[in-house]
Amino acid sequence: MSGRHPLLWTSRSQHPPLHFTFTHSTPTLLETAEQIRDRLVTRFPAAQIVLVPNPGPAAEHSLLLDATHAPDIARFLRDDPVLRLDYCSNVTGVDWPDKDITGITKTSVPDPAGGPPKIVEQKTVRRQPGCLEAVYHLYSMALKHGPVILRLCTANRIDAVTLPSLTPVWRACDFQEREIFDLYGIVFEHHPDLRRLLMWDEFKDHPMRKDYVEPDDYEWEPTAHGAVLERAKAHLTPATTAIKEGPKP
Amino acid sequence: MEMSDPAVTPAPFPAAGNITDAEREELRRHGILLTSLEELYNWGRSNSIWPLQFGLACCAIEMIAAATARFDIARFGAEIFRPSPRQADLMIVSGTVTKKMAPQVVRLWNQMPEPKYCIAMGACAISGGPFKQGYNVLKGIDRFIPVDIYIPGCPPRPEALLHGLIQLQAQIKGEKLTGPDAARHTRPEEPSEFPVPEYGAHDLEPPHNPDVWSPPAALDKP
Repeated sequence: MSGRHPLLWTSRSQHPPLHFTFTHSTPTLLETAEQIRDRLVTRFPAAQIVLVPNPGPAAEHSLLLDATHAPDIARFLRDDPVLRLDYCSNVTGVDWPDKDITGITKTSVPDPAGGPPKIVEQKTVRRQPGCLEAVYHLYSMALKHGPVILRLCTANRIDAVTLPSLTPVWRACDFQEREIFDLYGIVFEHHPDLRRLLMWDEFKDHPMRKDYVEPDDYEWEPTAHGAVLERAKAHLTPATTAIKEGPKP
Repeated sequence: MEMSDPAVTPAPFPAAGNITDAEREELRRHGILLTSLEELYNWGRSNSIWPLQFGLACCAIEMIAAATARFDIARFGAEIFRPSPRQADLMIVSGTVTKKMAPQVVRLWNQMPEPKYCIAMGACAISGGPFKQGYNVLKGIDRFIPVDIYIPGCPPRPEALLHGLIQLQAQIKGEKLTGPDAARHTRPEEPSEFPVPEYGAHDLEPPHNPDVWSPPAALDKP
Protein backbone atom coordinates (compact mmCIF):
# COMPACT_ATOMS: atom_id res chain seq x y z
CA MET A 1 0.00 0.00 0.00
CA SER A 2 1.30 3.44 -0.89
CA GLY A 3 0.43 4.84 2.51
CA ARG A 4 -2.49 6.96 1.40
CA HIS A 5 -6.12 6.10 1.80
CA PRO A 6 -7.76 5.07 -1.49
CA LEU A 7 -10.44 7.73 -1.08
CA LEU A 8 -7.77 10.46 -0.99
CA TRP A 9 -6.36 9.85 -4.45
CA THR A 10 -7.25 12.90 -6.41
CA SER A 11 -5.69 12.67 -9.83
CA ARG A 12 -5.00 9.89 -12.25
CA SER A 13 -1.24 10.15 -11.73
CA GLN A 14 -1.66 9.22 -8.11
CA HIS A 15 -3.52 6.02 -8.88
CA PRO A 16 -1.90 2.96 -7.42
CA PRO A 17 0.03 0.52 -9.59
CA LEU A 18 -2.05 -2.09 -11.31
CA HIS A 19 -0.97 -4.96 -9.06
CA PHE A 20 -2.33 -3.08 -6.08
CA THR A 21 -5.27 -4.74 -4.38
CA PHE A 22 -7.53 -2.86 -2.04
CA THR A 23 -7.08 -4.30 1.39
CA HIS A 24 -10.76 -3.91 2.24
CA SER A 25 -12.08 -5.62 -0.88
CA THR A 26 -12.07 -9.34 -1.41
CA PRO A 27 -9.20 -10.49 -3.61
CA THR A 28 -10.29 -12.61 -6.51
CA LEU A 29 -9.83 -16.32 -6.30
CA LEU A 30 -6.46 -17.83 -6.93
CA GLU A 31 -8.13 -20.35 -9.16
CA THR A 32 -10.67 -19.73 -11.87
CA ALA A 33 -14.00 -21.53 -11.77
CA GLU A 34 -12.78 -23.75 -14.60
CA GLN A 35 -9.71 -24.78 -12.61
CA ILE A 36 -11.85 -25.58 -9.58
CA ARG A 37 -14.21 -27.56 -11.77
CA ASP A 38 -11.32 -29.51 -13.30
CA ARG A 39 -9.84 -30.29 -9.92
CA LEU A 40 -13.21 -31.44 -8.61
CA VAL A 41 -13.76 -33.67 -11.64
CA THR A 42 -10.38 -35.28 -11.01
CA ARG A 43 -11.05 -35.68 -7.33
CA PHE A 44 -14.67 -36.89 -7.74
CA PRO A 45 -14.78 -38.77 -11.04
CA ALA A 46 -18.32 -40.05 -10.44
CA ALA A 47 -19.78 -36.62 -9.73
CA GLN A 48 -21.54 -34.52 -12.31
CA ILE A 49 -20.21 -31.00 -12.14
CA VAL A 50 -21.38 -28.41 -14.64
CA LEU A 51 -19.87 -24.98 -14.90
CA VAL A 52 -22.67 -22.44 -15.32
CA PRO A 53 -21.13 -19.34 -16.86
CA ASN A 54 -22.29 -15.88 -15.89
CA PRO A 55 -22.15 -13.68 -19.00
CA GLY A 56 -22.49 -10.44 -17.02
CA PRO A 57 -19.61 -8.14 -16.13
CA ALA A 58 -19.38 -9.69 -12.66
CA ALA A 59 -18.54 -13.01 -14.34
CA GLU A 60 -19.38 -14.89 -11.20
CA HIS A 61 -19.51 -18.34 -12.68
CA SER A 62 -21.08 -21.07 -10.62
CA LEU A 63 -20.76 -24.81 -10.28
CA LEU A 64 -23.88 -26.94 -10.61
CA LEU A 65 -23.35 -30.04 -8.51
CA ASP A 66 -25.31 -33.24 -8.39
CA ALA A 67 -27.07 -33.79 -5.10
CA THR A 68 -25.42 -37.12 -4.27
CA HIS A 69 -21.87 -35.83 -4.20
CA ALA A 70 -22.60 -32.30 -2.98
CA PRO A 71 -21.78 -32.87 0.73
CA ASP A 72 -18.45 -34.52 -0.11
CA ILE A 73 -17.57 -31.81 -2.59
CA ALA A 74 -18.56 -29.14 -0.07
CA ARG A 75 -16.37 -30.69 2.59
CA PHE A 76 -13.50 -30.89 0.09
CA LEU A 77 -13.89 -27.21 -0.83
CA ARG A 78 -13.89 -26.27 2.83
CA ASP A 79 -10.77 -28.27 3.71
CA ASP A 80 -8.75 -27.89 0.53
CA PRO A 81 -5.54 -25.96 1.37
CA VAL A 82 -5.69 -23.89 -1.82
CA LEU A 83 -9.32 -22.80 -1.42
CA ARG A 84 -10.15 -23.16 2.31
CA LEU A 85 -13.71 -21.92 1.77
CA ASP A 86 -14.49 -21.79 5.46
CA TYR A 87 -17.36 -19.31 5.30
CA CYS A 88 -20.77 -19.69 3.67
CA SER A 89 -22.01 -16.12 3.48
CA ASN A 90 -25.31 -16.65 1.72
CA VAL A 91 -27.70 -19.40 0.77
CA THR A 92 -30.71 -18.61 -1.34
CA GLY A 93 -33.30 -20.35 -3.45
CA VAL A 94 -34.48 -20.07 -7.03
CA ASP A 95 -37.71 -21.41 -8.43
CA TRP A 96 -37.46 -22.48 -12.05
CA PRO A 97 -41.00 -23.22 -13.26
CA ASP A 98 -41.76 -25.59 -16.10
CA LYS A 99 -41.14 -23.78 -19.33
CA ASP A 100 -42.59 -24.41 -22.78
CA ILE A 101 -39.99 -23.79 -25.44
CA THR A 102 -41.45 -23.32 -28.87
CA GLY A 103 -39.17 -24.28 -31.69
CA ILE A 104 -39.85 -23.87 -35.41
CA THR A 105 -38.53 -26.50 -37.76
CA LYS A 106 -38.53 -25.68 -41.43
CA THR A 107 -38.81 -28.48 -43.95
CA SER A 108 -38.78 -27.95 -47.66
CA VAL A 109 -41.35 -29.92 -49.58
CA PRO A 110 -40.61 -30.36 -53.28
CA ASP A 111 -43.36 -29.07 -55.51
CA PRO A 112 -44.79 -31.92 -57.61
CA ALA A 113 -45.60 -29.46 -60.38
CA GLY A 114 -41.90 -28.72 -60.75
CA GLY A 115 -41.82 -25.25 -59.17
CA PRO A 116 -39.57 -24.12 -56.38
CA PRO A 117 -39.81 -26.29 -53.23
CA LYS A 118 -42.30 -25.12 -50.64
CA ILE A 119 -41.00 -24.44 -47.14
CA VAL A 120 -43.32 -25.76 -44.46
CA GLU A 121 -42.88 -24.43 -40.94
CA GLN A 122 -43.75 -26.72 -38.12
CA LYS A 123 -44.03 -25.61 -34.53
CA THR A 124 -42.74 -27.92 -31.86
CA VAL A 125 -43.37 -27.29 -28.20
CA ARG A 126 -40.88 -28.81 -25.84
CA ARG A 127 -41.60 -28.67 -22.13
CA GLN A 128 -38.50 -27.99 -20.14
CA PRO A 129 -39.14 -29.35 -16.68
CA GLY A 130 -38.63 -26.94 -13.83
CA CYS A 131 -36.73 -27.43 -10.63
CA LEU A 132 -35.98 -25.78 -7.33
CA GLU A 133 -32.44 -24.58 -6.85
CA ALA A 134 -30.36 -23.73 -3.82
CA VAL A 135 -27.41 -21.37 -4.35
CA TYR A 136 -24.49 -21.19 -1.93
CA HIS A 137 -21.96 -18.35 -1.85
CA LEU A 138 -18.68 -19.43 -0.30
CA TYR A 139 -15.78 -17.32 0.85
CA SER A 140 -12.52 -17.98 2.63
CA MET A 141 -11.88 -16.05 5.80
CA ALA A 142 -8.43 -17.58 6.12
CA LEU A 143 -7.23 -16.75 2.60
CA LYS A 144 -9.52 -13.75 2.11
CA HIS A 145 -10.90 -14.69 -1.25
CA GLY A 146 -14.18 -15.59 -2.81
CA PRO A 147 -16.83 -16.14 -3.82
CA VAL A 148 -17.22 -19.67 -5.10
CA ILE A 149 -20.83 -20.27 -6.01
CA LEU A 150 -22.45 -23.67 -5.79
CA ARG A 151 -25.84 -24.59 -7.18
CA LEU A 152 -27.89 -27.64 -6.28
CA CYS A 153 -31.01 -28.57 -8.21
CA THR A 154 -33.92 -30.75 -7.16
CA ALA A 155 -35.30 -33.33 -9.57
CA ASN A 156 -38.58 -31.49 -9.99
CA ARG A 157 -40.82 -28.98 -8.22
CA ILE A 158 -43.53 -31.32 -6.98
CA ASP A 159 -42.51 -34.49 -5.17
CA ALA A 160 -38.74 -34.89 -5.55
CA VAL A 161 -37.72 -31.73 -3.75
CA THR A 162 -34.98 -33.14 -1.56
CA LEU A 163 -31.43 -31.84 -1.44
CA PRO A 164 -28.63 -32.71 0.96
CA SER A 165 -28.15 -30.13 3.67
CA LEU A 166 -24.78 -28.40 3.80
CA THR A 167 -25.34 -27.29 7.39
CA PRO A 168 -23.10 -30.12 8.64
CA VAL A 169 -20.32 -28.55 6.54
CA TRP A 170 -21.02 -24.86 7.18
CA ARG A 171 -22.95 -24.10 10.37
CA ALA A 172 -24.01 -20.77 8.88
CA CYS A 173 -26.35 -22.53 6.47
CA ASP A 174 -28.75 -23.45 9.29
CA PHE A 175 -31.20 -20.55 9.23
CA GLN A 176 -30.81 -19.91 5.51
CA GLU A 177 -31.67 -23.47 4.59
CA ARG A 178 -34.65 -23.26 6.94
CA GLU A 179 -35.74 -20.10 5.15
CA ILE A 180 -35.46 -21.85 1.77
CA PHE A 181 -37.43 -24.79 3.18
CA ASP A 182 -40.07 -22.31 4.34
CA LEU A 183 -40.37 -20.13 1.26
CA TYR A 184 -39.43 -22.53 -1.58
CA GLY A 185 -40.22 -25.94 -0.13
CA ILE A 186 -36.85 -27.59 -0.64
CA VAL A 187 -36.41 -30.36 1.94
CA PHE A 188 -32.83 -30.46 3.20
CA GLU A 189 -31.81 -33.95 4.26
CA HIS A 190 -29.70 -34.25 7.41
CA HIS A 191 -30.50 -30.70 8.45
CA PRO A 192 -30.29 -30.63 12.26
CA ASP A 193 -33.47 -28.61 12.80
CA LEU A 194 -35.56 -28.29 9.67
CA ARG A 195 -38.59 -26.19 10.62
CA ARG A 196 -40.21 -23.20 9.01
CA LEU A 197 -38.34 -20.01 9.84
CA LEU A 198 -40.61 -17.12 8.87
CA MET A 199 -44.11 -18.51 8.43
CA TRP A 200 -45.94 -20.50 11.07
CA ASP A 201 -45.64 -24.28 11.28
CA GLU A 202 -49.24 -24.89 10.15
CA PHE A 203 -48.67 -22.93 6.92
CA LYS A 204 -48.79 -25.16 3.86
CA ASP A 205 -47.70 -22.93 0.97
CA HIS A 206 -44.31 -21.79 -0.23
CA PRO A 207 -44.68 -18.07 -0.93
CA MET A 208 -41.58 -17.52 -3.03
CA ARG A 209 -42.61 -20.05 -5.62
CA LYS A 210 -43.76 -18.57 -8.89
CA ASP A 211 -47.13 -20.33 -8.75
CA TYR A 212 -47.93 -19.21 -5.20
CA VAL A 213 -51.47 -17.85 -4.80
CA GLU A 214 -51.63 -15.34 -1.98
CA PRO A 215 -54.71 -15.10 0.25
CA ASP A 216 -57.37 -12.80 -1.13
CA ASP A 217 -57.74 -10.05 1.46
CA TYR A 218 -58.43 -7.21 -0.94
CA GLU A 219 -62.00 -6.63 0.22
CA TRP A 220 -61.33 -3.05 1.32
CA GLU A 221 -59.05 -1.00 -0.92
CA PRO A 222 -59.91 2.67 -0.62
CA THR A 223 -57.19 3.89 -2.99
CA ALA A 224 -56.76 0.89 -5.23
CA HIS A 225 -54.83 1.19 -8.46
CA GLY A 226 -52.77 -1.04 -10.66
CA ALA A 227 -52.40 -4.61 -9.51
CA VAL A 228 -54.30 -3.91 -6.29
CA LEU A 229 -57.29 -2.62 -8.25
CA GLU A 230 -57.32 -5.80 -10.32
CA ARG A 231 -57.44 -7.87 -7.15
CA ALA A 232 -60.03 -5.60 -5.50
CA LYS A 233 -62.41 -5.82 -8.48
CA ALA A 234 -63.53 -9.26 -7.39
CA HIS A 235 -65.02 -7.68 -4.27
CA LEU A 236 -66.76 -4.75 -5.96
CA THR A 237 -70.18 -4.52 -7.54
CA PRO A 238 -70.17 -3.55 -11.23
CA ALA A 239 -71.44 -0.07 -10.36
CA THR A 240 -68.54 0.62 -8.03
CA THR A 241 -66.07 -0.70 -10.55
CA ALA A 242 -67.47 1.75 -13.09
CA ILE A 243 -67.02 4.62 -10.63
CA LYS A 244 -63.46 3.60 -9.86
CA GLU A 245 -62.48 3.21 -13.49
CA GLY A 246 -64.14 6.40 -14.65
CA PRO A 247 -66.45 6.95 -17.62
CA LYS A 248 -65.98 4.70 -20.60
CA PRO A 249 -64.86 6.58 -23.71
CA MET B 1 -69.41 18.13 34.14
CA GLU B 2 -72.82 16.70 33.66
CA MET B 3 -73.76 13.97 36.06
CA SER B 4 -75.61 10.79 35.35
CA ASP B 5 -79.16 10.73 34.09
CA PRO B 6 -81.39 11.14 37.18
CA ALA B 7 -84.07 9.02 35.52
CA VAL B 8 -81.82 6.00 35.64
CA THR B 9 -79.92 6.53 38.88
CA PRO B 10 -80.89 8.88 41.68
CA ALA B 11 -78.54 11.82 41.92
CA PRO B 12 -76.40 11.47 45.05
CA PHE B 13 -76.19 15.21 45.59
CA PRO B 14 -79.22 17.30 44.69
CA ALA B 15 -77.87 20.02 42.43
CA ALA B 16 -74.68 18.31 41.32
CA GLY B 17 -75.98 17.25 37.94
CA ASN B 18 -77.81 20.43 37.03
CA ILE B 19 -75.23 23.04 37.78
CA THR B 20 -73.77 24.82 34.78
CA ASP B 21 -70.08 25.27 34.12
CA ALA B 22 -70.41 29.02 34.64
CA GLU B 23 -72.00 28.54 38.02
CA ARG B 24 -69.35 26.10 39.01
CA GLU B 25 -66.63 28.50 37.92
CA GLU B 26 -68.31 31.15 40.06
CA LEU B 27 -68.22 28.80 43.06
CA ARG B 28 -64.57 28.04 42.38
CA ARG B 29 -63.71 31.72 42.53
CA HIS B 30 -65.10 31.64 46.04
CA GLY B 31 -62.92 28.72 46.98
CA ILE B 32 -65.55 26.01 46.62
CA LEU B 33 -64.53 23.10 44.40
CA LEU B 34 -67.51 21.24 43.09
CA THR B 35 -66.96 18.08 41.14
CA SER B 36 -68.49 14.70 40.55
CA LEU B 37 -67.12 11.24 41.08
CA GLU B 38 -67.27 10.67 37.34
CA GLU B 39 -65.20 13.72 36.60
CA LEU B 40 -62.68 12.92 39.29
CA TYR B 41 -62.41 9.33 38.12
CA ASN B 42 -61.93 10.27 34.48
CA TRP B 43 -59.47 13.03 35.39
CA GLY B 44 -57.35 10.52 37.25
CA ARG B 45 -57.58 7.86 34.55
CA SER B 46 -56.81 10.18 31.68
CA ASN B 47 -53.67 11.46 33.37
CA SER B 48 -52.20 8.08 34.15
CA ILE B 49 -52.56 6.03 30.98
CA TRP B 50 -49.97 3.32 31.30
CA PRO B 51 -49.04 1.87 27.92
CA LEU B 52 -48.03 -1.71 27.32
CA GLN B 53 -44.33 -1.86 26.57
CA PHE B 54 -43.85 -3.54 23.24
CA GLY B 55 -42.88 -2.45 19.77
CA LEU B 56 -43.35 -4.14 16.43
CA ALA B 57 -41.29 -2.10 13.96
CA CYS B 58 -39.77 1.31 13.30
CA CYS B 59 -42.80 3.12 14.81
CA ALA B 60 -41.60 1.74 18.14
CA ILE B 61 -38.45 3.83 17.75
CA GLU B 62 -40.60 6.95 17.52
CA MET B 63 -42.56 5.72 20.53
CA ILE B 64 -39.28 5.37 22.43
CA ALA B 65 -38.32 8.86 21.31
CA ALA B 66 -41.65 10.13 22.67
CA ALA B 67 -40.63 8.77 26.05
CA THR B 68 -37.27 10.56 26.07
CA ALA B 69 -36.60 13.96 27.59
CA ARG B 70 -36.92 15.78 24.30
CA PHE B 71 -40.61 14.93 23.86
CA ASP B 72 -41.32 13.64 27.37
CA ILE B 73 -44.53 11.64 27.32
CA ALA B 74 -44.34 11.90 31.14
CA ARG B 75 -45.93 15.34 30.81
CA PHE B 76 -49.16 13.48 30.09
CA GLY B 77 -48.73 10.81 32.75
CA ALA B 78 -48.18 8.05 30.22
CA GLU B 79 -44.49 7.42 30.82
CA ILE B 80 -44.88 4.19 32.79
CA PHE B 81 -44.54 1.59 30.05
CA ARG B 82 -45.61 -1.65 31.69
CA PRO B 83 -43.95 -4.95 30.84
CA SER B 84 -47.13 -6.84 31.75
CA PRO B 85 -50.52 -6.55 30.05
CA ARG B 86 -52.17 -6.96 33.47
CA GLN B 87 -50.87 -3.54 34.49
CA ALA B 88 -51.43 -1.69 31.23
CA ASP B 89 -54.28 0.60 30.19
CA LEU B 90 -53.19 1.33 26.65
CA MET B 91 -51.93 -0.82 23.82
CA ILE B 92 -49.90 1.17 21.30
CA VAL B 93 -49.66 -1.05 18.24
CA SER B 94 -46.49 0.52 16.94
CA GLY B 95 -45.52 -1.04 13.66
CA THR B 96 -46.22 -3.74 11.12
CA VAL B 97 -48.42 -6.54 12.42
CA THR B 98 -47.42 -9.67 10.60
CA LYS B 99 -49.91 -12.48 10.40
CA LYS B 100 -47.58 -14.54 12.52
CA MET B 101 -47.60 -11.86 15.24
CA ALA B 102 -51.32 -10.99 15.11
CA PRO B 103 -52.52 -13.81 17.44
CA GLN B 104 -50.00 -12.70 20.05
CA VAL B 105 -51.17 -9.09 19.81
CA VAL B 106 -54.82 -10.16 20.24
CA ARG B 107 -53.86 -12.40 23.15
CA LEU B 108 -52.06 -9.51 24.88
CA TRP B 109 -55.12 -7.33 24.32
CA ASN B 110 -57.31 -10.00 25.92
CA GLN B 111 -55.00 -10.12 28.92
CA MET B 112 -55.30 -6.38 29.56
CA PRO B 113 -57.91 -5.46 32.17
CA GLU B 114 -60.72 -3.01 31.47
CA PRO B 115 -60.82 -0.11 30.95
CA LYS B 116 -58.36 -0.49 28.09
CA TYR B 117 -57.65 1.50 24.96
CA CYS B 118 -55.86 0.85 21.70
CA ILE B 119 -53.84 3.21 19.53
CA ALA B 120 -52.97 2.07 16.01
CA MET B 121 -49.71 3.91 15.39
CA GLY B 122 -48.49 4.31 11.84
CA ALA B 123 -49.61 3.24 8.39
CA CYS B 124 -48.81 -0.45 8.98
CA ALA B 125 -50.89 -0.83 12.12
CA ILE B 126 -53.75 1.02 10.43
CA SER B 127 -53.84 -0.74 7.06
CA GLY B 128 -50.69 -2.73 6.44
CA GLY B 129 -49.01 0.38 5.06
CA PRO B 130 -46.31 -0.13 2.45
CA PHE B 131 -46.41 -3.87 3.10
CA LYS B 132 -50.14 -4.33 2.59
CA GLN B 133 -49.64 -6.32 -0.61
CA GLY B 134 -47.49 -8.80 1.26
CA TYR B 135 -48.97 -12.22 1.87
CA ASN B 136 -47.71 -12.16 5.45
CA VAL B 137 -48.88 -8.75 6.68
CA LEU B 138 -52.16 -8.07 8.45
CA LYS B 139 -54.02 -5.21 6.80
CA GLY B 140 -54.66 -3.32 9.99
CA ILE B 141 -54.95 -4.41 13.59
CA ASP B 142 -58.56 -3.17 13.62
CA ARG B 143 -59.49 -6.39 11.84
CA PHE B 144 -59.16 -8.18 15.18
CA ILE B 145 -59.40 -5.67 18.04
CA PRO B 146 -61.25 -2.35 18.39
CA VAL B 147 -59.02 0.69 17.85
CA ASP B 148 -59.71 4.00 19.59
CA ILE B 149 -57.16 6.29 17.99
CA TYR B 150 -55.52 6.03 14.57
CA ILE B 151 -52.24 7.93 14.12
CA PRO B 152 -51.23 8.14 10.46
CA GLY B 153 -47.60 8.49 9.45
CA CYS B 154 -44.74 6.34 8.32
CA PRO B 155 -43.63 6.50 11.04
CA PRO B 156 -45.55 9.24 12.87
CA ARG B 157 -43.40 11.80 14.63
CA PRO B 158 -43.34 11.68 18.44
CA GLU B 159 -45.46 14.84 18.40
CA ALA B 160 -48.10 12.91 16.47
CA LEU B 161 -48.08 10.17 19.08
CA LEU B 162 -48.46 12.80 21.80
CA HIS B 163 -51.33 14.35 19.85
CA GLY B 164 -52.97 10.94 19.63
CA LEU B 165 -52.49 10.50 23.35
CA ILE B 166 -54.12 13.89 24.02
CA GLN B 167 -57.03 12.84 21.81
CA LEU B 168 -57.35 9.68 23.86
CA GLN B 169 -57.30 11.75 27.06
CA ALA B 170 -60.12 13.88 25.68
CA GLN B 171 -62.06 10.71 24.87
CA ILE B 172 -61.57 9.35 28.39
CA LYS B 173 -62.55 12.67 30.00
CA GLY B 174 -65.81 12.65 28.07
CA GLU B 175 -66.79 9.13 29.04
CA LYS B 176 -69.96 8.52 31.02
CA LEU B 177 -70.00 5.94 33.75
CA THR B 178 -73.73 5.37 33.86
CA GLY B 179 -76.71 5.88 31.65
CA PRO B 180 -77.54 4.76 28.13
CA ASP B 181 -74.38 6.29 26.59
CA ALA B 182 -72.07 4.94 29.26
CA ALA B 183 -68.50 4.04 28.34
CA ARG B 184 -67.84 0.69 26.72
CA HIS B 185 -66.02 -0.81 29.68
CA THR B 186 -68.97 -0.16 32.02
CA ARG B 187 -71.37 -2.21 29.94
CA PRO B 188 -71.22 -5.91 30.72
CA GLU B 189 -72.61 -6.92 27.32
CA GLU B 190 -69.65 -5.38 25.49
CA PRO B 191 -66.88 -7.91 24.93
CA SER B 192 -63.60 -7.43 26.69
CA GLU B 193 -61.88 -10.36 25.03
CA PHE B 194 -61.76 -11.15 21.35
CA PRO B 195 -61.22 -14.45 19.55
CA VAL B 196 -57.56 -15.13 18.91
CA PRO B 197 -57.08 -16.08 15.25
CA GLU B 198 -55.65 -19.48 14.52
CA TYR B 199 -52.76 -20.22 12.19
CA GLY B 200 -54.35 -21.68 9.08
CA ALA B 201 -52.93 -23.55 6.14
CA HIS B 202 -52.99 -20.48 3.89
CA ASP B 203 -53.97 -17.51 6.08
CA LEU B 204 -55.15 -16.67 9.56
CA GLU B 205 -58.40 -18.37 10.52
CA PRO B 206 -60.54 -16.30 10.41
CA PRO B 207 -58.71 -13.65 8.33
CA HIS B 208 -60.61 -10.97 10.25
CA ASN B 209 -63.11 -10.82 13.09
CA PRO B 210 -66.49 -9.98 11.50
CA ASP B 211 -67.81 -8.70 14.85
CA VAL B 212 -65.07 -6.08 14.98
CA TRP B 213 -64.41 -5.26 11.36
CA SER B 214 -66.12 -5.66 8.04
CA PRO B 215 -65.38 -3.91 4.77
CA PRO B 216 -67.18 -0.57 4.75
CA ALA B 217 -70.40 -0.94 2.80
CA ALA B 218 -70.35 2.62 1.49
CA LEU B 219 -67.80 1.71 -1.14
CA ASP B 220 -69.97 -1.01 -2.55
CA LYS B 221 -72.99 1.20 -3.18
CA PRO B 222 -73.39 2.72 -6.61
